[in-house]
Amino acid sequence: MSPLKIKKGSTSHSAYDLRPSFSDKEEQHTLAVLVENEPGVLARVIGLFSGRGYNIDSLTVAEVDHLGHRSRITIVTSGTPQIITQIKAQLGRIVDVHKVNDLTVEGPSVERELALFKVEGTGDHRIEAIRLADIFRANVVDSTLNSFVFEITGTSEKIDAFAELMQPLGLQEIARTGVAALSRGT
Amino acid sequence: MTKAMTGAKMVVQALIDQGVATVFGYPGGAVLPIYDEIFQQNSIKHVLVRHEQGAVHAAEGYARSTGKPGVALVTSGPGATNAVTGLTDALMDSIPIVVLTGQVPTFMIGSDAFQERDTVGITRPCTKHNWLVKETDRLAPTLHEAFHIATSGRPGPVVIDIPKDVQFATGTYTEARQVETHYNPQVKGDMEMITELAKAMETAKRPIFYTGGGVINSGPAASQLLRELVGATGFPITSTLMGLGCYPASGDNWIGMLGMHGLYEANMAMHDCDLMINIGARFDDRITGRLDAFSPGSKKAHIDIDASSINKVIKVDIPILGDVAHVLEDLLNVWKARGRKTDKENVQKWWHQINDWKKVDCLKFEQKGKVIKPLYALARLEELTKKHDRYITTEVGQHQMWAAQYLGFEDPNRWMTSGGLGTMGYGFPASIGVQMGHPDALVINVAGEASWLMNMQELGTAMQYGLPVKQFILNNERLGMVRQWQELLHGERYSSSWSESLPDFVKLAEAFGAKGIICDNPDDLDDAIIEMLNHDGPVLFDCLVEKHENCFPMIPSGKPHNEMLLGENADTANAIKSDGAVMV
Repeated sequence: MSPLKIKKGSTSHSAYDLRPSFSDKEEQHTLAVLVENEPGVLARVIGLFSGRGYNIDSLTVAEVDHLGHRSRITIVTSGTPQIITQIKAQLGRIVDVHKVNDLTVEGPSVERELALFKVEGTGDHRIEAIRLADIFRANVVDSTLNSFVFEITGTSEKIDAFAELMQPLGLQEIARTGVAALSRGT
Repeated sequence: MTKAMTGAKMVVQALIDQGVATVFGYPGGAVLPIYDEIFQQNSIKHVLVRHEQGAVHAAEGYARSTGKPGVALVTSGPGATNAVTGLTDALMDSIPIVVLTGQVPTFMIGSDAFQERDTVGITRPCTKHNWLVKETDRLAPTLHEAFHIATSGRPGPVVIDIPKDVQFATGTYTEARQVETHYNPQVKGDMEMITELAKAMETAKRPIFYTGGGVINSGPAASQLLRELVGATGFPITSTLMGLGCYPASGDNWIGMLGMHGLYEANMAMHDCDLMINIGARFDDRITGRLDAFSPGSKKAHIDIDASSINKVIKVDIPILGDVAHVLEDLLNVWKARGRKTDKENVQKWWHQINDWKKVDCLKFEQKGKVIKPLYALARLEELTKKHDRYITTEVGQHQMWAAQYLGFEDPNRWMTSGGLGTMGYGFPASIGVQMGHPDALVINVAGEASWLMNMQELGTAMQYGLPVKQFILNNERLGMVRQWQELLHGERYSSSWSESLPDFVKLAEAFGAKGIICDNPDDLDDAIIEMLNHDGPVLFDCLVEKHENCFPMIPSGKPHNEMLLGENADTANAIKSDGAVMV
């Protein structure tokens, strides 16, 4: 039983069932939002966040079902449990939104991000960069005599760590896709 | 059966199929094909307003008073932007309206064409949903879905933006029953939670029903079930501004409106209760006052169709997501099946306490001297009209709160007011919409002179369609509520809160061909009101009232419910502390 005495497996809406009690502690949640692939749907979601003062830490969106006309928006957001609950409820009432899943609380999930790193350097720096890239399983997707572009996928933390290591080795630019996430199992 | 027709014809056909009888609108270049179709039929009556804001408020008044969706039709650009205030008003108060806007042809969209604006972009945050229809084949399904979305779940305004080439082009008309929608909000409440609430009702010592506009939006059955529940349990009931009429003001268990300008007994009961049953209200800041001191000792149940209303500002113990009528029906059944139990002895004690609070008689006033007190004017209006088939609209300000306090509502859908947005200028066009929906009823707009002037152009509309709406203006030559706050909060520096250069309202009425009545003497008031009621046509009633009357009782911002200011003798100096002053 939750603090609000809602039994697990209750028939109400999923996002609503998962309401935690009010607390001041900020949490980061990954939300998967399945939407109708209509013009303006992304604007509705973003407008909701800006209009109500919620945070967007990362946002990715792409069509996932062409025939079914569905897109999936993955949002990483942070706030108190009450705010997170509000965000889910507010997303849920957008007419074009089919489903809101909170991957952070709905059991285990996998999260991945892809990033491209441009690193310039020669000599030891260049050798060190490619050695670290190998450790991180990053691929070289472009190479000149004094630069590399690395492609890396992984959790956001892994990409952060790679960025930190590349910084002294001549890191010039980073492009990150934002988080894509799915729940594990069936 | 599929039929080929132009987009403009589809609009009219879809409105007919949706049972629309009245459309409020204003023509312009981008909606001319639709107006041409309206010209060539007799099923739908078009009411030509004088400003698009008036069209949307009229549609709101129509919707709120009939329970059917209101429809407005406006042109692109300025037509659409003028509709924005009405749309926002309808969103805040959950009023189902469908607003059709014209748009420049699809091939000109994005070119900053004449009267082109991004209407779906502008109206996205102030509608429940909106569409730009780019293909004529998509027009009919979109129109049907628009009505479905506006009226189901938590009702609200929708906009359909229709480019002119889509109106001219021929496409296939789709009938409503062929349209599939994924939007079907849950109406049945969770039975476990409902049982939980029934149990809480059995043991509550100091229970209270706190009802709101959701009861009215849920339909007449909800009000009926609520009355049954209140009657059977014997619990006291209060309501928000938006919920007035869901339980009769003459009912035994009615303890009056609650909130910032609510009754003393209602607010005290909310503060001291041990079980609060919120039915279709949303813990608005006008209701809660200071959040951390809001009803500190109570268990709270909340019935709402909108999941985002539950636990938004006040944490509740028994959340029930569902439609009020459905939930109340189940609640009644469960509670009856469990033996119809309440803690009668303690509820009786609770009533003794409430009756003691009632003795404060927070609405008492004395009409002395030769100046009409606004409270007296409303008390007389109530006395002289309460037996009529009566609908009341209001503008926004002191007069609105006084009307809520001094007029009694016996049934739902009889009280149309701008609650959430607080839109001055709402009441007059809303009264026109109400009168269109109820041609034989007595429709009165209780107004302040400043609010009324904001949409005064609609007097032309009332005249053109012979709508006998009564404009009861409490004229204190002040922006009364602004003035009151300046007295309480800003050292009596009355910055821009005078209504200067006011028109002669009698002459103004006459200029439009309407009737004007002025009254400044309490002894003449009854006769003047009767004269207004007897006139078969629009009346502008200029009631000159006491200029410095304040609206009491009042919970100052930042204060809890049990610290109300009562009556004229209240110590208003420094009533609002600096932390409350930032709130409105």
